[in-house]
Amino acid sequence: MTRKPAFVLWFVLPSALTALGLAVALLTVLQYSVRAFIPGSLEVGGLTLGNFQDLFKGLYAQAFLNTVMLSVKTALFGLLLSYPLAYALVRTKATWLKSSILIIAITPLFLGEIVRTYSWIIVLGSSGFLNSLLLGMGLIDKPLQLMFTQTGVVVALVHVTMPVMVLMLATALSHIDPAYEKAATSLGAGPIRAFLTVTLPLSLPGIVASLTTAFAWTFSAFATPQLIGGGKVSTIATLVYQLGFSSLNFPFAAALSVAGLLLTVLLLAAIKRLSRPLHSIGAH
Amino acid sequence: MTRSKQDKWLGYAGRLLVALILLYVLLPTVVVVISSFSSTSVLFFPPKGWSLRWFERALAYDDFRNGLYAGLVVTAWASTLATVIGTTLAIVINRYDFRCKQLIEGVLLSPLFIPHFTIGLGLLMLVAQFNLGRGYALVIFCHIVLVLPFVLRSLYVSLQNLDQRVERAAASLGASPMRVLWTITVPLIIPGLFGGWLFAAILSFNEFTASLFVTTQATQTLPVAMYNYVREFADPTLAALSVMYIAVTAGLLMLANRYLGLRRVLNVEGAH
Repeated sequence: MTRKPAFVLWFVLPSALTALGLAVALLTVLQYSVRAFIPGSLEVGGLTLGNFQDLFKGLYAQAFLNTVMLSVKTALFGLLLSYPLAYALVRTKATWLKSSILIIAITPLFLGEIVRTYSWIIVLGSSGFLNSLLLGMGLIDKPLQLMFTQTGVVVALVHVTMPVMVLMLATALSHIDPAYEKAATSLGAGPIRAFLTVTLPLSLPGIVASLTTAFAWTFSAFATPQLIGGGKVSTIATLVYQLGFSSLNFPFAAALSVAGLLLTVLLLAAIKRLSRPLHSIGAH
Repeated sequence: MTRSKQDKWLGYAGRLLVALILLYVLLPTVVVVISSFSSTSVLFFPPKGWSLRWFERALAYDDFRNGLYAGLVVTAWASTLATVIGTTLAIVINRYDFRCKQLIEGVLLSPLFIPHFTIGLGLLMLVAQFNLGRGYALVIFCHIVLVLPFVLRSLYVSLQNLDQRVERAAASLGASPMRVLWTITVPLIIPGLFGGWLFAAILSFNEFTASLFVTTQATQTLPVAMYNYVREFADPTLAALSVMYIAVTAGLLMLANRYLGLRRVLNVEGAH
């Protein structure tokens, strides 16, 4: 390590101040979460753990359950749809096809939640595209209720998380030498068997990483459950917003955020723990 | 013989599956484009007539114009400041030891797993507690914090790929550390710097959840203005705005793909 020149201090200073600001903001959340709410005032009362006790009441417990269920479903369905795309992206030889898949799969990543969620509202609405199509084809007699349901929220959330999952899976798959699969087929394995016994296990670390990311993203998603769920599907994120802005109950919003964060950290740690044996398979 | 036939069917099935998934990915975009040209304010499929009135309305709507302006102001400041902060930090983290190094890095990377609504709520409560107004400074600070992890990651890669022998050669020829930095290090990491800045700008311009907490009517960015519009109106104005959004984004991506090589930037190059 070389001797520290004088500019190091000046280079650290802006980041140190930024980190300080962020840390103080996060500590404010923690501080508010243990304060009593005074209705009709932004001032807070004395120290209390009451906010955390209230989290176990029906409505809030339901929001926790909804959030976890949405995250699990989104991550699993996202994986089922992203894996074939990532596989095609990495193994396709034709450059134009590769570029097309990449542009189609990745563009949504840069569109932002609002544009994507709004598009799904038009697709899923009762006079929307999907219902018009199905009614027109005579497959259904009355419009399907897709808006304001968990199914609708999952359909849109999968779409929102897919680009990142495709990218992560494609990165993992691109590091697997196709020669392994060829070796398996030349030894007599069919393509399905070669995939299941060679490529799939080798890509397990990438699968776990993309599942974890999708899970964490969905956990903190706000616009999609808020707009597609329309108040019928409460999640931690939508409740925090309602409590903060409609009821101005900052202490309880803070407690909900802290509990949500704790739950995320615990679940992610559990996934990491459970996936440890998988990593050793992938490494062989 | 049967096996090769089986393989062929498997190949077709695979292609069909990929095509269906691509259809799902494209569906909302296609539908939004069709809706944007509808002539009626209530959407039907197929639309009963065609018009460009929603594009006119989207371009003339005050909240969108102000939102675009506010969004560009916030994006320009946030992505540029984040690049400066990120670059200086990445350089010293990569090269030197200093006090609180891990702490500062840990705190600045935490927005990768802390939900945006928690960070927005924290900043909102912080300014409420100390009666600091909710102005541009707050929104810009919020965006800096959210995009910084991505800038840092992009710069770590650039600095790791840099051949440190060039720097040592300059230093051994008598250049001061500051001079080495300005004449050797910074010019060599310009591509990573630009990539990080671009990524930060895209993320900041699209950021919604935390912005909803920290903006006011005066500082609301475009995504927030769009969100408020969907909650109030159901006409296709937002579809028209979305189409413009998609067109600009796709255009920028194609340029990036052509001049920077998107596949290389995104690190999904095949292994062969």
